[in-house]
Amino acid sequence: MKILVCISKAPDTTSKIAFTDNNSKFDENGVQFIVNPYDEWYALVRALEIKEAGGGNVTILNVGGADNDPIIRKALAIGADDAVRIESSTEDALSVAKQIAEYTKQNTFDMVFCGKETIDYNGSQVAGMVAELLNVPFVSLASKLSLSGNTATIEREIEGGVEVVEVTTPFVISAAKGMAEARIPNMRGIMAARTKPLTVLPAYSSQNATKVKAFTLPPAKSACKFVDASNVEELVSLLHNEAKAI
Amino acid sequence: MAEDRFQAPDYYNLDELLTEEHKLIRETVRAWVKKEVSPIIEEYAQKAQFPKQIIAGLAEVGGFGPYIPTEYGGPGLDQISYGLIMQELERCDSGVRSTSSVQSSLVMYPIWKYGNEEQRKKYLPKLATGEFIGCFGLTEPDHGSNPGGMITNFKDMGDHYLLNGAKMWITNAPIADIAVVWAKNEQGRIHGLIVERGMEGFTTPETHDKWSLRASVTGELVFDNVKVPKANLLPNKSGLGAPLGCLDSARYGIAWGAIGAAMDCYDSALRYSKERKQFGVPIASFQLTQKKLAEMITEITKAQLLTWRLGVLRNEGKATSAQISMAKRNNVDMALKIAREARQIHGAMGITGEYSIMRHMANLESVVTYEGTHDIHLLITGMDVTGLSAFKNDGTQF
Repeated sequence: MKILVCISKAPDTTSKIAFTDNNSKFDENGVQFIVNPYDEWYALVRALEIKEAGGGNVTILNVGGADNDPIIRKALAIGADDAVRIESSTEDALSVAKQIAEYTKQNTFDMVFCGKETIDYNGSQVAGMVAELLNVPFVSLASKLSLSGNTATIEREIEGGVEVVEVTTPFVISAAKGMAEARIPNMRGIMAARTKPLTVLPAYSSQNATKVKAFTLPPAKSACKFVDASNVEELVSLLHNEAKAI
Repeated sequence: MAEDRFQAPDYYNLDELLTEEHKLIRETVRAWVKKEVSPIIEEYAQKAQFPKQIIAGLAEVGGFGPYIPTEYGGPGLDQISYGLIMQELERCDSGVRSTSSVQSSLVMYPIWKYGNEEQRKKYLPKLATGEFIGCFGLTEPDHGSNPGGMITNFKDMGDHYLLNGAKMWITNAPIADIAVVWAKNEQGRIHGLIVERGMEGFTTPETHDKWSLRASVTGELVFDNVKVPKANLLPNKSGLGAPLGCLDSARYGIAWGAIGAAMDCYDSALRYSKERKQFGVPIASFQLTQKKLAEMITEITKAQLLTWRLGVLRNEGKATSAQISMAKRNNVDMALKIAREARQIHGAMGITGEYSIMRHMANLESVVTYEGTHDIHLLITGMDVTGLSAFKNDGTQF
């Protein structure tokens, strides 16, 4: 099986979030980036498990600049065989999906694995768009995937239960929690990643379909107010006048 | 123990001095520690047991001989990577770092540097995977700061050496498969010998009731007419400089490790002081708490810079023993002081196993003494700058 795993970078969850350019751009200054957890923990690790069980090849694909190379090397250290980075500064979902789809058309894969969303913009769009552009089936929010020949049985968590879907290759999935258990690279993997191929390709022609006008931060959390259990009047007054909940 | 919420301070953006691979190595060890060691370390320290189940994982993340070349089973990393691994291990517990330090710098290093090819091929790959655990015998009951006075000795019996003597305060001794032992030959010259568990007359009684490094095992090495094959003598270096070369490597790792312990204490104290309220406000808003925290981060930042520079010098093969002494002494002292201040910020909670502070503090009381005491390292610096030795005298005035 040839598996393409699409990875994106995301700010570490402890990062301080700030914006520049009239609140239209994320301020990356001092931010530490990681592999988007859904891409790493679930999409990549499940792909590696499939390769380890039945052979094949796992290729990492990233759309971005050279500053993404550290997260690509980490994916290689965890066990992917090779990597491709498409040199592009786009952040628009459709434009990213077009880059991935164009590359995938020219380099055949049996399966394309993405994470269910990035933990920064939470768009959940790219994987579905890639499938549409490739005209292949798409299964979102996959929490389990087993393979028999060219047929995959995939579980999806849905409201109140689980949906089981069957699909044949080629297809695209977006991976969610449950697909695999996160792996920590070892030193041999880190050393091997030094020499694994990372090919940089120029961007394919595409145009942004959307443009971010502004970001705003949620209001700061206010401190808890404690009301004495016997003081119902004050509680009602606070809920009515301050919280405006009743 | 509470959840490991550690976040590393980097006040001077020192990450910019590291390569991406250095950072990946550090994050890898940190993630492994948080997943595999932090949840159990307090329990094992309280029980005074070494968590043997971490050995395989410790090997996987480069804890055993990070700088040993790949041809001998090591990952072949540089000295800054070694330092970062020690920092992350000691961030969790000095005992875990000690196990790793001893295996790396005091067992694998001398076999790699002073051993022959057969010895390297025989022992290093198994030490790198943790299949073999090693220990290092230099200190004796009556010879600590003055190892050159050792009485452990060996005689050439023709087809083997006959080893007699005893070593004390030996990390890993009770669980070790091999020991690198320093002993004098009949001419009084110090040589290294590899002694294997199972050799007749070789025993490793455990040292009990320690208040420090409780999650690592310590013991003695007793040699009662032990027949050591001649093939087990390290042939490529002899004299006191041989074990001191190993100590240079280990002390360098300790200098990094101590920063880890200090960072953990600072990080915990900073978080606690912002969460803990007295007089209606977080205790972090009080001047005396801020003084403690500000001095902690200042000292950590200075130690980070010192150690990073020492790592660059080590990579270039230019670091002197005296420079390593300065870093070991400064950083362990810094960490110990920070642990004590952090304990105060945590109030009574600081003495419980809910927080790592008291464990770090007790551990560091060993670290400030082993691998050259705090005072001896000061005298090494003193000797280096004056050219005069203050820690040797002929005893005639007493």
